[in-house]
Amino acid sequence: MSLAFQEIQETIRMIQMEKLDIRTVTMGISLKDCMDQNPAVMRKLVYEKILSHAGTLVQEAEIVSEEYGIPIVNKRISITPAAELLGTSTVEDAVELAKTLDKAAAAADIDFIGGFSALIHKGAARGDNVLLDALPRALSETARVCGSVSVATTKTGINMDGVKKLGEVIKEASERTADSNGIACAKFVVFCNPAEDNPFMAGAFHGTGEQEVVLNVGVSGPGVVLNALKRYPDADLGEVSEVIKRTAFKITRAGELIGREVASRLGIEFGIMDLSLAPTNAMNDSVAEILEEIGLEQVGTHGTIAALAMMNDAVKKGGAMASSYVGGLSGAFIPVSEDNGMIKGIEDGSLSLSKLEAMTCVCSVGLDMIALNGDAEASSISGLIADEMAIGMINKKTTAVRVIPVPGMKEGDMAEFGGLLGRAPVISLNPRSPEKFIRRGGRIPAPLQALIN
Amino acid sequence: MKEKKAVISVVGKDQVGIIAGVTTVLADNDINILDISQTILQDFFTMMMLVEIKDPEKMEKLQLDLEEIRNRMHLKIDVQREDLFQTMHRI
Repeated sequence: MSLAFQEIQETIRMIQMEKLDIRTVTMGISLKDCMDQNPAVMRKLVYEKILSHAGTLVQEAEIVSEEYGIPIVNKRISITPAAELLGTSTVEDAVELAKTLDKAAAAADIDFIGGFSALIHKGAARGDNVLLDALPRALSETARVCGSVSVATTKTGINMDGVKKLGEVIKEASERTADSNGIACAKFVVFCNPAEDNPFMAGAFHGTGEQEVVLNVGVSGPGVVLNALKRYPDADLGEVSEVIKRTAFKITRAGELIGREVASRLGIEFGIMDLSLAPTNAMNDSVAEILEEIGLEQVGTHGTIAALAMMNDAVKKGGAMASSYVGGLSGAFIPVSEDNGMIKGIEDGSLSLSKLEAMTCVCSVGLDMIALNGDAEASSISGLIADEMAIGMINKKTTAVRVIPVPGMKEGDMAEFGGLLGRAPVISLNPRSPEKFIRRGGRIPAPLQALIN
Repeated sequence: MKEKKAVISVVGKDQVGIIAGVTTVLADNDINILDISQTILQDFFTMMMLVEIKDPEKMEKLQLDLEEIRNRMHLKIDVQREDLFQTMHRI
């Protein structure tokens, strides 16, 4: 047998005991050819196009999952940023388009469809404004539609008019879903330097530089990394990094194999592998617990950022070696509500919003799934977004903000979002107002880092 | 399925007739065994087999037949395509 007994056992252990899974296969579909002046015609074209490609996605993914004995947890769709289609539409049309997307996702048996999005990092075109105005309704009147807005890049700076508007959008979306803890906001991400091939929700969209149809794959595996580290309790940090790297390599290899197989069965191109340590509330599937295994008493304490930086880097290195087409976000996610260790860190007073912000300087994304006090001002949320965008802009990396002001709740309360979205302890924003700063508007110029040509 | 090799792993409490039972199912399904490796770990029987599946279309029937022996002998039996293991452990 060319494979050693131990190797077979290791793979089986990773899958059965340590929750190695393919987190998502996400089909990116270009909707550029669905544009039409008549909104009803456009909706019909969009619906038909999505189902013509993604109609069998779930079925094919399940066959591959069965053959390899490895779970594919989520099957999803991302589309061309919807704002591209909305240049001649009204806000009402845009909301209807979101509902059409919702229906298409339901018909394809997909839980989330991403791409009710706009790219306004330098400024908003007509379609973008329509989308921004429609967002609170689109997010709250649909169950499966996810949206995102790029409001800053290293190359363009930060569109502060957009930042101001998005604080208001988040606030309104939250209020429209007040009876379910503002859940509409859990489906919405604000980006700096977004990845156009990211397979993970809620920030997935099919970038304008992408091909007609593509399959991007997201693999996760905090549980596998945690268990690997537990076998080396006394290793020095160089060795810890090596263990993470090796584990990331194996996970990525498995993911690419499965992804290519699903893509080939669907007759579409394989896009990228995104190896991200994305926690879930299942016990032992936590990024915070990995940091604690490395040696922190609790996540949030001094040393958290150094440990996270090392981990994020090791994950990338392992992934880069394993696949030629690593893309998306590839690194460590730190969504609070989906990570039991992070939740506990906040409850115990070890982890704070400021520390989370600092952690986003070295991890793959940003402030993710954080519940805020319900009476947070829109301008304070805009301020929070502006800070996070600045971190991404200066560090030439993707950063994101997905926060949920929970109506009627205050610091110390626990907001339940249910299912995959988990639950989060409410954190209060700083009560001092950045209102004047936000009201000034305009665009923060691109930093010196952008001048590289 | 283009690759026809698969890894079958069998884990369960050690008892008489596990290998006989499983291999009979494989023979009945026209599956050729290329390699077997087996050990007892703390009273637990663990076996890995590399097999060649001649007609991948009949996988469903194989799974059904294995289901019977899974339940009868309280075994955990997994059939996974072999290229997964190759990809993860070989460059």
